[in-house]
Amino acid sequence: MNQWKNFTKGFIQENPILVLLLGTCPTLAVTTSGINGIGMGLATTFVLVGSNTVVSLIKSTIPDKVRIPAFIVVIASFVTIVQLVMQAYTPTLYDTLGIFIPLIVVNCIVLGRAEAFASKQSVLSSAIDGLGMGFGFTMALFLMGSVREALGNGSFLGNKFIEGDGVLLFILSPGAFLTLGYFIALMNRIKKSI
Amino acid sequence: MAKTESTLKNMILSLVIISLVASLALGSIYNITKEPIAMAAKAKQENAIKEVLPEFDSLMTLKIMPDTGKDSISMFFGYKGGQHVGTAVATYSNNGYNAEQIQLMIGILPDMSIRSISVIQQKETPGLGTKMTEPKFKDQFTGKNPAQFILKVKKDGGNVDAITAATISSRAFCDAVQRGFDTYSKEGGNK
Repeated sequence: MNQWKNFTKGFIQENPILVLLLGTCPTLAVTTSGINGIGMGLATTFVLVGSNTVVSLIKSTIPDKVRIPAFIVVIASFVTIVQLVMQAYTPTLYDTLGIFIPLIVVNCIVLGRAEAFASKQSVLSSAIDGLGMGFGFTMALFLMGSVREALGNGSFLGNKFIEGDGVLLFILSPGAFLTLGYFIALMNRIKKSI
Repeated sequence: MAKTESTLKNMILSLVIISLVASLALGSIYNITKEPIAMAAKAKQENAIKEVLPEFDSLMTLKIMPDTGKDSISMFFGYKGGQHVGTAVATYSNNGYNAEQIQLMIGILPDMSIRSISVIQQKETPGLGTKMTEPKFKDQFTGKNPAQFILKVKKDGGNVDAITAATISSRAFCDAVQRGFDTYSKEGGNK
C-alpha cells in the first residue's frame, strides 16, 4: 500500500469527522475555540497512533472473540497516559480540556480504526493510518473551532478582533451543529471536484 | 503467525496478560507523573495566594469546615513584619453549571474588603461560564465589602453583574465568594 496515500486519506477522502462522521460527540463539545480544537486533536492523534500500533502488534495473538475488550484496554491505557502526562506537564491546557480527555476512550474514531484498519494491516501502515486520521481530525476540529470562535466570540486563537461579544449562538450547542452541517456540505463539494 | 484460536483458555490468558501489562505501564506512569502533578497543583495555589494578597513575608494556614458545604476551607493569613496584611481564602461552590466544583481564592484585606479574586478551578461552559476568569467579571468585586455589597446577581436582587448567558455560573461564583467570606468573618476575622 502506498504509505503517502495512506497518510493523506485522513485529510479529505476519509476525514473522520466530515466524511466518516465518527466522533461527533467530542467534536461538537470541544470546538468552541481554535486552541481547544488543536489540543483535543493532538491528544486524540497520540492515542490513535499508540493504539493502532499496539493493536497491530498484538492482532494475531488476540483470539477473535475477545478482541474488542482487549482493544478497549489498550485504548483506555493510552488515554490515561495522555491524561496523566497533560496534568503533570501542561496544567493550563489540561484545565481547558480536562473533561474531554477521558472521552477519547469512547471516541468511535479510535476503536473504529483499531477494528477496521489496525487489526488487519502491518504495524507501519497502522501507525501511519493513525497519524493521518489524527491530523485529519485535528484539522477539522481546528477549522470548526476557529469559525465558531470567530463568529461567537470575535477572536482568533484568543486574540480579539472585534469589541464585545459575537453571535453567542455559535459558542452554544446549536452553533456546533450549524457549523458541522456547513462544513460537511463544503466537504462534499470539495470531494466532488477532485 | 497463525491466529490464536478462541478457546476459553486462550481468551482468559490473553485478557489477563493484556490487563497486567496495561496496569504495569499505567502504574509506572502514575509514579512518574505523581510529583509533577502535585507540584503543579501546589504552584497554582501559591500563585493564586500571591495574586490575591498584598506583599507578605510569612503565611499562617488554618483549615476549617464552613457552616454550609461539605469540604473544608483553607485560609492563609499573610503577615509582613508581624503585621496582618490580608487573608487568602480558598473557597468553593458546587452549584456550577457542570458537576465539577468551582474553586476560588479570595484575598480579603484586614478592613474586610475584597482585594482580588483568582479562579483556581472551574469547568464551566467554554466561552460562556469560563468568562468568570476574565477581569471584566471578577474585578467588580474588588474593593467591595460583602457586608454592604450583596453577593447575588442583579436578577436575584443583588449587586453583581452576571455574565451574559451564564447566570448559573455567576450565581455559583457568588455562592463561593459568600461561603469564603462568611467562614472568614466567623472564624478568622479577629486574627
